[in-house]
Amino acid sequence: MYSDLVMQHFTDPQNVGVIEDADGVGKVGNPMCGDVMEMFIKVKDDRVEDVKFRTFGCGAAIATSSIATEMIKGKSLEEAVKLSNKAVADALGGLPAQKMHCSNLAADAVRAAIEDYRSKGKKAEE
Amino acid sequence: MRERRTVYLDHAATTSVHPQVVEAMLPFYTERYGNPSSLHSLGREARERVDEARATVAGILNCSSEEIIFTSCGTESDNLAIRGVSLMNRRRGDHIITSSIEHHAVSHTCEQLERQFGFEVTYLPVDEYGLVDPSDVEQAITETTILISIMYANNEMGTIQPISEIGELARSRGIPFHTDAVQAAGSLSLDVQELGVDLMSLSGHKFYGPKGVGVLYVREGVELLCCQTGGGHERGLRSGTENVACIVGLATALKLAEDRREEESKRLSGLRDHLIEGLLSSIDKCRLMGHPDKRLPNNANIAFEYVEGEGVLLGLDMAGISASSGSACSTGSSDPSRVLSAMGVPPEVARGAIRMTLGHENTEEDVHEVLEILPAVVERLRAMSPLYGE
Repeated sequence: MYSDLVMQHFTDPQNVGVIEDADGVGKVGNPMCGDVMEMFIKVKDDRVEDVKFRTFGCGAAIATSSIATEMIKGKSLEEAVKLSNKAVADALGGLPAQKMHCSNLAADAVRAAIEDYRSKGKKAEE
Repeated sequence: MRERRTVYLDHAATTSVHPQVVEAMLPFYTERYGNPSSLHSLGREARERVDEARATVAGILNCSSEEIIFTSCGTESDNLAIRGVSLMNRRRGDHIITSSIEHHAVSHTCEQLERQFGFEVTYLPVDEYGLVDPSDVEQAITETTILISIMYANNEMGTIQPISEIGELARSRGIPFHTDAVQAAGSLSLDVQELGVDLMSLSGHKFYGPKGVGVLYVREGVELLCCQTGGGHERGLRSGTENVACIVGLATALKLAEDRREEESKRLSGLRDHLIEGLLSSIDKCRLMGHPDKRLPNNANIAFEYVEGEGVLLGLDMAGISASSGSACSTGSSDPSRVLSAMGVPPEVARGAIRMTLGHENTEEDVHEVLEILPAVVERLRAMSPLYGE
């Protein structure tokens, strides 16, 4: 069912963990009816300097969050926020149809973390 | 690197076919391939073998040969029992009583009768162990009740229902009582007189027989609408050329399973208990699903909090261990297991439930293997779970 890349990210996920003093935190999903993803970012010069994730979910959920962190690390926020679920799924060599929602969640987590960072920045300005 | 064993713990899903069963079946594909309805000797011989198989099954169920119908699978047996009895008796009533933890072959058939045929169905609740209360059955009975269907033992968490008690109740009210015994064969007695059932479903591939064949026991006097019409096979109740090889296979397998049932149940419950105790004591925040004693001898269903079932199954699969889960992610539905939900298990816990069902070829070494590997699989997933340690 899963591609080799998905299995690779499941067995050896990248950037697992928490950033205590994160600049932005995105938490998406719901354990009652689905997966939960948490993404932490450190931002410097408007770039994603560091990123970590934690995920409660199936193999696809873990793989999509893992590869999403790889895809945004070092990127500008402007680029990172554009990360699409399709890009995530493609990067993994495709996902079974019933698992595509996991790639949505990963993209949502990235956006939520960046949104959180930006709104914190706005608060600081106010 | 240490040599990897493969450990199959999904016997509730399916079993291998016993070598003796394969041997018994083969000639019916190559040399003795007659159609039992044919007049010639090849056909007559096939007819005799089917009759023999029927008698074997009847002997084990303690009923007469005329009360045994061969079907293509457990699901078909359930469909025939429920739709057949309901539609045949609709002039007498349109109320069915079943439980909230039945296999889909029962529940979806009931749902279809509600939606398409205007029947009313009561889905009885279960307690935290998944047990149906016979007094709930009694209270649900109305003047229009024409069928009660309660599964003998649950496929997911193994809980065994008080079938004899419910059977007695159904008998006293004159209501036909069906049980889906698909998971019980090989582990529990199938004596229909003791159980007090009027209809019973069995499936060949759960007790080391082939896939593609099942049985429906129908007590004499119970009227059934034929759901598969045609040449009039199985006393007009289920048409279609008999699957001779598989029918012979099923009977051979059932006899083998019944002959060793007592011994094997004892052996398996020992392994099961060792597995359950080992896991509960070595992993924190996990619990047994289903009843501690009234459970199938081979069923160990444990829910691990803070991890998702499919992830655990993948980790086990990579280590050569095959198990299953009712988790949403592994079934493709968006809801947690409806069986565990009916038992009051919170969704966050139900999602981490892993079903391990032992069988004929499992040994103590297999249990050790699982006890070595599973804790690490759960630990790894918990380390990346945002829910752990909250």
